[in-house]
Amino acid sequence: MIRFILLQNRQGKTRLAKYYVPLEDSEKHKVEYEVHRLVVNRDPKFTNFVEFRTHKVIYRRYAGLFFSLCVDITDNELAYLECIHLFVEILDHFFSNVCELDLVFNFHKVYLILDEFILAGEIQETSKRAIIERLGELEKLD
Amino acid sequence: MDTIMNPFSSGTRLRDMIRAIRACKTAAEERAVVRKECAAIRASINENDHDYRHRNLAKLMFIQMLGYPTHFGQMECLKLIASSGFPEKRIGYLGLMLLLDERQEVLMLVTNSLKQDLNHTNQYIVGLALCALGNICSAEMARDLAPEVERLLQFRDPNIRKKAALCSIRIIKKVPDLAENFINAAAALLKEKHHGVLISGVQLCIDLCRVSSEALEFFRKKCMDALVKTLKDVVNSPYTPEYDIAGIADPFLHIRLLKLLRVLGQGDADASDAMNDILAQVATKADTNRNAGNAILYECVETIMSIEDNGGLRVLAINILGRFLSNRDNNIRYVALNMLMKAISVDTQAVQRHRATILECVKDSDASIRKRALELIYLLVNESNVKPLTKELIDYLEVSDQEFKGDLTAKICSIVEKFSPDKIWYIDQMLKVLSEAGNFVKVEVCHALIVVITNATDLHGYAVRALYKAFQASDEQESLTRVAVWCVGEYGDMLVNNVGMLDLEDPVTVTESDAVDLVETAIKRHTSDATTKAMALVALLKLSSRFPSCSERIKEIVVQHKGSFLLELQQRSLEFNSIIEKHTNIRSALVERMPVLDEATFSGRRAGSVPTAVSTSTGPSTGASLKVPSGVSKPAAAPLVDLLDLSSDDNPVPSSSGSDFLQDLLGVDLSPAATQSGTQPSKSGTDVLLDLLSIGSPVQQSSSPVAGIFSSNQATKAPSSPLDGLTSPATQPVLAASPPAASPIIDLLDGLAPAPSIPEKNGPAYPSIVAFESSSLRIMFDFSKPPGNPQSTVIQATFTNLSSNNYTDFIFQAAVPKFLQLRLDPASGNTLPTGANSNVTQTLRVTNSQHGKKSLVMRIRISYKVSGKDVLEEGQISHFPRDL
Repeated sequence: MIRFILLQNRQGKTRLAKYYVPLEDSEKHKVEYEVHRLVVNRDPKFTNFVEFRTHKVIYRRYAGLFFSLCVDITDNELAYLECIHLFVEILDHFFSNVCELDLVFNFHKVYLILDEFILAGEIQETSKRAIIERLGELEKLD
Repeated sequence: MDTIMNPFSSGTRLRDMIRAIRACKTAAEERAVVRKECAAIRASINENDHDYRHRNLAKLMFIQMLGYPTHFGQMECLKLIASSGFPEKRIGYLGLMLLLDERQEVLMLVTNSLKQDLNHTNQYIVGLALCALGNICSAEMARDLAPEVERLLQFRDPNIRKKAALCSIRIIKKVPDLAENFINAAAALLKEKHHGVLISGVQLCIDLCRVSSEALEFFRKKCMDALVKTLKDVVNSPYTPEYDIAGIADPFLHIRLLKLLRVLGQGDADASDAMNDILAQVATKADTNRNAGNAILYECVETIMSIEDNGGLRVLAINILGRFLSNRDNNIRYVALNMLMKAISVDTQAVQRHRATILECVKDSDASIRKRALELIYLLVNESNVKPLTKELIDYLEVSDQEFKGDLTAKICSIVEKFSPDKIWYIDQMLKVLSEAGNFVKVEVCHALIVVITNATDLHGYAVRALYKAFQASDEQESLTRVAVWCVGEYGDMLVNNVGMLDLEDPVTVTESDAVDLVETAIKRHTSDATTKAMALVALLKLSSRFPSCSERIKEIVVQHKGSFLLELQQRSLEFNSIIEKHTNIRSALVERMPVLDEATFSGRRAGSVPTAVSTSTGPSTGASLKVPSGVSKPAAAPLVDLLDLSSDDNPVPSSSGSDFLQDLLGVDLSPAATQSGTQPSKSGTDVLLDLLSIGSPVQQSSSPVAGIFSSNQATKAPSSPLDGLTSPATQPVLAASPPAASPIIDLLDGLAPAPSIPEKNGPAYPSIVAFESSSLRIMFDFSKPPGNPQSTVIQATFTNLSSNNYTDFIFQAAVPKFLQLRLDPASGNTLPTGANSNVTQTLRVTNSQHGKKSLVMRIRISYKVSGKDVLEEGQISHFPRDL
């Protein structure tokens, strides 16, 4: 199960933080700070996995943005790596060539997209096309 | 985007705010902008402004992401959720998920709105409600809304079914009792064609199996064939652009299905049998050039390892892991290491074959890989490969990253302790580790090494020489220094005289002064901590006796610490100086070799299984080191540990080491006979150490080393002090002192400043006792209890001089365990004339916090001068009347 998802830039500014387990605000800030420190200085050749407390962070860097998923220690790391990539593809499709600024100004839409992709810490849809279509329908309602 | 109602295109205020925040150059500017915005939002909330409510909430979410408090917006979420339009509800639910979580009471208020929305005719609104419920529902909400979610599992729109399935997972995790309601619906989802619904349904089944054995049995019986067929269809499905990931059709679904099969196959031979074919097919068909393919393969291997044994499949799986391990992609190597950990329990031999590769991974530049590999190697060590593996690891220790050294050192030490074939190898390896990474070695590991060295009687000489050489080569490692200093102190003579030379050793020429040099280096090195310095001081004292020719020089070194800011060092320095100067006759007896500590007892203690009061049953001693001066063999289990404990007390303030300190202070464990006649009677183990260490106590009539610290008392032992059973390490005594003896140390120990007060007159309800009696002194205790306070006792102590000389400077001190509180009033005088009629009295007030459970107990110490000579008497009083 995914515990939380973080999108952070290289300076450590949080662009999206979704928690599927309850944490105090102060604890959230600590987690965000620690995860950023863990991933920011790793060599690109290194694994995309770092152990974090009793869990594991699967991260992937796209330009200046780090996408980090904190998952259970027994979860399939490679699958979550693929999952990050699929999420990025969906974002890229939705914003057509996504960049950090899109995410900043449309953060509420990023949450909307994420809620159509992952729910309760589990993947709910694996088809990029299905998600994009669904998002189109939701956009019309707004 | 074109409606007027859209909060993000109409007002553009959210955009403006984000721009304004981004334009801030300093954190202070940002705070100012946020403060202004928050003030405006609060004002708007107070005015109950409908039009801007969702825009305000959107802004609050952004502000929250920046790390500012936004709790004042929580009620706004609820209001938005209760409104009718989709856009308002959307923002409301989003705010609910971001600003609240399941622990807030406010959340209960939303249950009703959620219920309505779950039954809404607009399926998009149902979707919003399911999403919020799945992400933040609490146990109560789960109970209240489970029927709605259950119903939605059969909803016509697949988007709702999949959301309802994942929402059900949250519900059964919160309330496992509800699981049985979901079993049938979950089984139905497994027949779905829609991948989103199917993957959510499979996940729901996995979680149902976790919380309910009934579900597990049900799926095993009813769904095995269908699942195998579904997986087969997915594996063999033609190219479907919709689910294609790098040429593989829906790897996520593959992985979920494999995971469910694993859960069902674990511990069930029939179920395992049913999936063998498809597992073999997945394992051979997966495309290993892509991450997605490897992810499937990895999951498949895990399933093969977990289900009931099938020899052929396991060989296949281990071969796949072997290929993974030699992959160039670090991620693949990482998961291979991860999985090999699990494979060890299945087939150790097969994993052993990859040992060399795994060892290479320990040296990888990526910390994640190193850590996995090290843990794997640790599991692979056995008696037959411990030597080469340890050598490799120690060699690597030299070049490894600083942050990895801690882990690596801990593992090496553990391996060496666990598998060492002989003691000499153990000592050699530990010395290498200490020289290389001594600063990372844990204190207990050093203690264990010392225990092993003391137990290896024939290796004492070898060990001390090896340590001497190691210290010469690298003197910057704290724990190496400690072990070296300890051994040089104990076995310095063996170092100098090359006693017990082994064939493999190169002879070394070490003079007595060289040995002292080593200890001097350790004590003067500025990086040494208080513990090391304290150990060095003890070593110096020992060397002063072993090498009489260096005695003067040692005295000079010791004296340099009499001004130390650390009380422990200062005190020891003064004490040792006094011993070296004035007590050469007893010095050699004081600094005898430490008795050997039983290894089994020590490891038991380390494991925490042996209580503090160690039973000593080591039997007859072996070797000279076990003999005390009188030749009486001493069973001694605790001394070594106590020595180390004592000197490893980093905090120089004595109050932190309550019982040790008190024993030192009062010297209660010292046998008076030993100090006076030079022969020590056989005593329990703990006392031996105190004899050796409690330097304050083994003092003859003349000047006392503790004098400078306590008072001007001269210490003399009364031969008849009752001393048995005084060590009760379980209770930490606190000390109280009467005013004449008030010294800085006593003030440090407790804040119980003795305040003068008039003894209360109460009818004695308890019999008086003779608390203490020696040939020269008798102490009577009379008891009374102040009314209404059963915990308190007022003790009137009466001192009577039984000798024919007058006592002057008479001081009575007492100490009690922690469950008691003691206050001493001033004595009626400090001169105690001879004769039964001229008494001194003093009032003690004791509060027993364990009244009714424990009786009073007290240690006392009396000092006085008789014809200009100091006398010290001590004892323990444990025969108080019950119920005090």
